[in-house]
Amino acid sequence: MSQILSIENLAVTLQGDQRVIEDISLEVPEGEIVGIAGESGSGKSLTAAALLGLLPDRSQTSGHAWWRGGAEPRDLLTLDQRSWNRVRGREIAMVFQDATAALHPMLTVGTQITEHMRVHLQLSRRDARRRAVELLDRVRIPDPEASLRSYPHQFSGGMRQRVAIAAALACQPRLLIADEPTTALDVTVQAGILRLLEELRAETGLSVLFITHDLAVLAALTTQAYVFREGRVIESGATEELLFHPRHEYTKTLVAARPQADDWDEPEQVAR
Amino acid sequence: MLLGFLLRRGVITVVLLVGVTLVSFLLIQAVPGDTMSATLSEQALQDPEIVAAYRARWGLDEPLYVQYLVYMRNVLQGDLGVSQQTGRPVLDDLLTYVPATLEIALPAMLLSLVLGVAIGLYAAVKHDRAGDHAVRAGTLIGLSTPPFWLALVVLYVFFYLLGVSPSGGRLSTWIVPPERVTGSVVIDSALAGRWDAAWDAIQHTALPVLVLTVLTVAMLVRFVRSAMLEVLDADYVRAARAKGLPTSRVLTAHVLRAGLVPVITVSGLAFASMLSGTVLVEQIFSWPGVGQYAFRSASALDVPAVLGVSLFVAVVYTVVNLLVDLAYGLIDPRIRLS
Amino acid sequence: MTEPRMSEPRTPDLDADRPEQAEAEQHTDARADRILARRRWPQRLRVAEIHSIWRQPAVIAAAAILAVWVLLALLAPVLTDDPIAQSPDLYQPPSAAHWFGTDELGRDVFARVVHGARLSLPLAVVIVAFSLAIGGLVGLLAGYLGRAADEILMRLTDLVFAFPQIILAMAVAAAFGPSTRNAVIALIIVSWPIYARVIRSAVLSIRTSDFLASSRLLGVGPWQALRKDVIPNSVGPAVVLATLELGNAVLMLAALSFLGLGPRPPAAEWGAMIAAGSRDLSIWWVSVFPGLAILTVVLAFNIVGDALRDRLDPRTARGVR
Ligand SMILES: Nc1ncnc2c1ncn2[C@@H]1O[C@H](COP(=O)(O)OP(=O)(O)OP(=O)(O)O)[C@@H](O)[C@H]1O
Ligand SMILES: [Mg+2]
Repeated sequence: MSQILSIENLAVTLQGDQRVIEDISLEVPEGEIVGIAGESGSGKSLTAAALLGLLPDRSQTSGHAWWRGGAEPRDLLTLDQRSWNRVRGREIAMVFQDATAALHPMLTVGTQITEHMRVHLQLSRRDARRRAVELLDRVRIPDPEASLRSYPHQFSGGMRQRVAIAAALACQPRLLIADEPTTALDVTVQAGILRLLEELRAETGLSVLFITHDLAVLAALTTQAYVFREGRVIESGATEELLFHPRHEYTKTLVAARPQADDWDEPEQVAR
Repeated sequence: MLLGFLLRRGVITVVLLVGVTLVSFLLIQAVPGDTMSATLSEQALQDPEIVAAYRARWGLDEPLYVQYLVYMRNVLQGDLGVSQQTGRPVLDDLLTYVPATLEIALPAMLLSLVLGVAIGLYAAVKHDRAGDHAVRAGTLIGLSTPPFWLALVVLYVFFYLLGVSPSGGRLSTWIVPPERVTGSVVIDSALAGRWDAAWDAIQHTALPVLVLTVLTVAMLVRFVRSAMLEVLDADYVRAARAKGLPTSRVLTAHVLRAGLVPVITVSGLAFASMLSGTVLVEQIFSWPGVGQYAFRSASALDVPAVLGVSLFVAVVYTVVNLLVDLAYGLIDPRIRLS
Repeated sequence: MTEPRMSEPRTPDLDADRPEQAEAEQHTDARADRILARRRWPQRLRVAEIHSIWRQPAVIAAAAILAVWVLLALLAPVLTDDPIAQSPDLYQPPSAAHWFGTDELGRDVFARVVHGARLSLPLAVVIVAFSLAIGGLVGLLAGYLGRAADEILMRLTDLVFAFPQIILAMAVAAAFGPSTRNAVIALIIVSWPIYARVIRSAVLSIRTSDFLASSRLLGVGPWQALRKDVIPNSVGPAVVLATLELGNAVLMLAALSFLGLGPRPPAAEWGAMIAAGSRDLSIWWVSVFPGLAILTVVLAFNIVGDALRDRLDPRTARGVR
């Protein structure tokens, strides 16, 4: 199977010589869901940011990130602004960790789902909105027509996350990077989103790079998984293998510390 | 909820306005010695009739809180006392001078907002690079410059040295002022079809507008810059970039839209700095506005006039801030629709 | 006078009164970790980088300028002529004898400018010290007591903020009568509220943070918390503000005396000197030099204050994240 993305020895240094990612190599096979797990601060989000060229100002990277989802293979770490605007949103889309923060509070949901469709797919306003309705329907937002005219604050946290996913899927990307898209949600909503991602993968061949804290999610969704710690991959392999026969000490403690089912009832965050 | 918001703002404004009159009233009380001898001229004090009338009108024989109520009543009726200098009611004086001040303050305000947003956004985008540093240096110098001194320096350079600008006033002496319609010489001249007079008037506004703009822009730029920096750092801007939108669209549709909200709220402040500026600057340009009136009254210790001006300015400023808040409520959907 | 009250109340999005509101709402363990991790940032910045302001050439230059002015102020009687001694040499342009020329009474402008520092600098310090003491106390009380006390005190600050600063100062000074003392009182009256606001914000942000909650858990009493947590953590914003306000005080004092509401003639005061020079453009030196004096002093305070703000104020330190 071909790898749609291969990261080779990625290292990231932030402003002030702060080395936050030491050495990361990772592969995403086409049409599969690959998981990244690891403790807070281990560099998961920064890896995702590096893949989209969204690192903080004056960060330095080394290594390669070969992207084979476009016309020809390219190294994402060396793209210029022009090529970026073709890759971002079009070929690789991202769902951010905190949907509430990632949606513009003053733009309607409709605008936020359609604006990049109009740029990338050159859709008319009308067509873009029609497609947006389909997308919202797909992520199970009730009354999609009306939702297009609503603002993010009018939705609950779970719905906002689904809106963000709809926006990410708008231009039919080849790869979706999902940064803990379900952490803040309650179990049922979470299950719905996981099911949706699996469906999309099966139907459209979408590849997903799924970042999570949650080993149960990892087990349910992914075939391959990587465990990050302090900016390095400390263990990787088939998810089952990794969870049931962890080799590395750290992975063992992670698996042992896994929350039991009844620790899970976090209330869905209240929408304001 | 929008209604609730409006109501709340309205109540706060009324409370503030009452407070403002209270401050003004207390300041009158603070005038050392007899308030009357401070507010009436020597001549008037000699005349028992005037003195009696004065005591009655301001309720001076009543307890303090009654005096305040009397004062409130007078203020509400537009009676701010009589200026010792001009011998006219302070309100009449204000109404004469306000249009002149607006003629320089409004263009300066517009110019400041446009420049402030443009330069502030530029600095934020260039965060910590040469362009940002240059802007920062410029604004620091602007904030550190005494306004009246800056006015003097530009007048010296453009009038005295270069001779490209008139020395002051609203119109050259040899031009007959247009008939007063709006109170703005530029507009009135244009209305009368006297383009030469209008052009002359515009030339007279140039330097005062320049000075007021420099002062206000420095403050605005710093504010806009930090507001925009905050927005640029927001997840939703990163998300917009992650969608592959062109930079121009990210900046206008996403960054500016969010960043302008705090900017709108700060335009009330800009207005305050403009008003303060006129007090210190108009004198230098012999500009017959509220600022010069305040300056002359202050220098002559014309207490009723000074207090009248400050009360007037505070009321205008409070109302402007109310409008700004309302605009803010209308613009932000989180308030408009919640 | 046109001091940007950056921490003004009418800036909902930039107001520190609502620390990390969004995050507080979504409290899962992972999030708590993350919030704590982020909280440590400004702290680390404070300790490690406070001295790094000296790496900025502008700060060194500003400190040098201030040092020179302080020296000039101290040594003025030795260095220069009598600032109020009149001479028949009226309106002399700058020359070797009179570096900055002479004014309408034949007084040496250089001597007057240098002596002006003996007035402006100490008065600015007095204004800032009193405003800081009053405003700091009010802010601590408001932030710490909360409820009715907070409400009343903050409405009081609103009232002062309802006037543009210089205009209220002008009204107060005019009502009290023109003198150095009254100008200083007027400026204290208009400047304490900003300290109250800033200190209150600092107190509130600590009060609501996990940081104080945890000291509560450990059984630390309110007084100890005030001494150990609240005051030390309000120091940063207070220092920043005080530095910036030193410049503002110099500027406003000059403005008041430009309006004739400050120190009385023949005192050598910068603003009054500019007013004297403004009557005749041909004697530019009478007003240009005192203006430059104000500009350099205020600019120096602003540069240092700005650099300190980047280091000490957690809100702007965020930019580094
Ligand atoms: N903009 C930034 N400036 C400085 N340091 C940063 C920045 N963003 C992240 N870091 C640091 O880089 C490290 C990795 O951060 P990252 O966000 O990738 O962690 P993460 O694995 O996504 O954690 P979490 O599970 O909490 O989201 C952390 O130590 C963090 O403090
Ligand atoms: Mg993360």
